[in-house]
Parts: sequence; structure tokens; C-alpha cells
Amino acid sequence: MRAPLAGLAVLLLLSPASAAAPRTFKVVIDQMKFGAMPAAVRPGDRIAWVNRDLFRHTATAKAAGFDVDLPAGTTRVSTVTRSGTFTVACRYHPGMRTQLTVAAK
Amino acid sequence: MARHVRLLAAALMAGGAMPLAAATGPSDAEIAHIAYTAGALDAAAAKQALAKTHDPQVRAFAETMLRDHEAVNGKALALVTKLKVAPADNSTSQALAAQAKATETKLAALDGKAFDRAYVENEVAFHRTVNGALKSTLIPSADNGELKALLETGLALFGEHQTHAEHLATRLR
Repeated sequence: MRAPLAGLAVLLLLSPASAAAPRTFKVVIDQMKFGAMPAAVRPGDRIAWVNRDLFRHTATAKAAGFDVDLPAGTTRVSTVTRSGTFTVACRYHPGMRTQLTVAAK
Repeated sequence: MARHVRLLAAALMAGGAMPLAAATGPSDAEIAHIAYTAGALDAAAAKQALAKTHDPQVRAFAETMLRDHEAVNGKALALVTKLKVAPADNSTSQALAAQAKATETKLAALDGKAFDRAYVENEVAFHRTVNGALKSTLIPSADNGELKALLETGLALFGEHQTHAEHLATRLR
């Protein structure tokens, strides 16, 4: 009995407790620009996109697993699903681009 | 003041820059009218493009022009209502409208790639002219802070439109 219990304890120590709970970062879009991208984003984390402009934007990085439509004045949340360095762009305004780096889990 | 508005109109007709002194520029009522007219004309051009083009990138561009210019003009109308400013028609607005009418007639006679190229080339020229006017005359001349801020937002947006149109024009050549 003792051995299986010890094994269970090791499993509990190794598994998800070591994976931090998902966090939510905020990125503000204003005057046709993405604000600073958060550092230390990991897969599973969320980004709240705040569109302060008068016009509709998107925050699109399909390779990172999100494509968020952002009507004027709205905030919408996307979940990052993959690690890597991605270009985040607005589908309506090709000049609006920035880089997001997602660390490995 | 009317003389300077006429000079601005002449420069807009010529498609050139307008180095006018801020202190003697157009009034807020005239600026509001010019900015609104420019937005409405570009939205109308976008509607003409959406009725004629089959190119997905030109369609997407025209849809963005329509969406953005209508959004800014909606905000401009709300602002002039709040400020109790009656936009004043002037020779610059009239010159812009006359130029847009001539372009619409020219574009109506074109189809396919010829239309796409002419529409997008005109969008480059139109945004370049309006952005030049915003920078050199309209923003420096605006007295009301909220109107000035809206014009600056417009400049950030229309600068992006100009770049977008330039890239599209290069692809269509």
C-alpha cells in the first residue's frame, strides 16, 4: 500500500501543480497601433484586446491560434494556444503589425 | 479667411501641398465641413468600387474605406452637434466634390483591371492630398481641442489608408 501511495504523491507533485494557472494580459489598441505586447506569455494564457479606436480592428495571428474581431470601443479575449514568435496583424489595416513571443509551456 | 480657403481649394484641385499659416487658416466650421466632405466622398468612391470590382483585395480595401470613413464621419457629426457648430460649406469642400464627381464619371467608364487600377491610384492621390491638407492646414488651424484631436485621429487612420492603397497600387500595376 505504501508504494502506490508514494507513487501517487510523486504524480501529484509533478503534474499540473507545476503548470501555473492561465493568466490574462491586456493589450490596448489606440491610434492605429497595437500597444506593447506582454512578455512571458505561455500557451493557455489569455490576451484581452482593448480597442480604443473609433474604427473596427482585428487582432489576428492564426498561427498562434487566434483571430479576434474588435468593433470600435470593444474588449475581447483570445487564448494563445501555441508557443513561438508570431506576427499579430489587423486584417483591415495591413500597416498595423507587431510581434508576439509565446514561451514554451 | 475666405481667400485662404480658396487657396486651399486651388491646391487641392492641383493635388499639391498647402503651406498656409495656421493663424489665417479656415474656421472650425469650415474645417469640419471639409473633413466631413472628404470622408463622405471617399465612402461614395468605395461604394462605386464595391459595385464594380471583382478583385478580392480591392473589395477588401473598399470595404475598409467605407467602414472607416463612415465611422469617423459619425463621430464628426456627433462632435459638431455637441459643440453646436454648423459646418460651413466653402470653396475647398466644393473643389473636393467637383474633383470627386469628375473621378466618378471617369471610373464609371472603366471595367475590370483598368477600373481597379484607376480606383486605387485615385485613392492614393486622394489620401495624399487630404493628409497633406490635414497636416499643413486643417490640424494647425483648428481651434477647438476636440476637433483637433479628431482630425489627428483621422490623420493616423488616413495615413494607413494611403499606405494600404500604395501597396495595392503596386500589386495592380
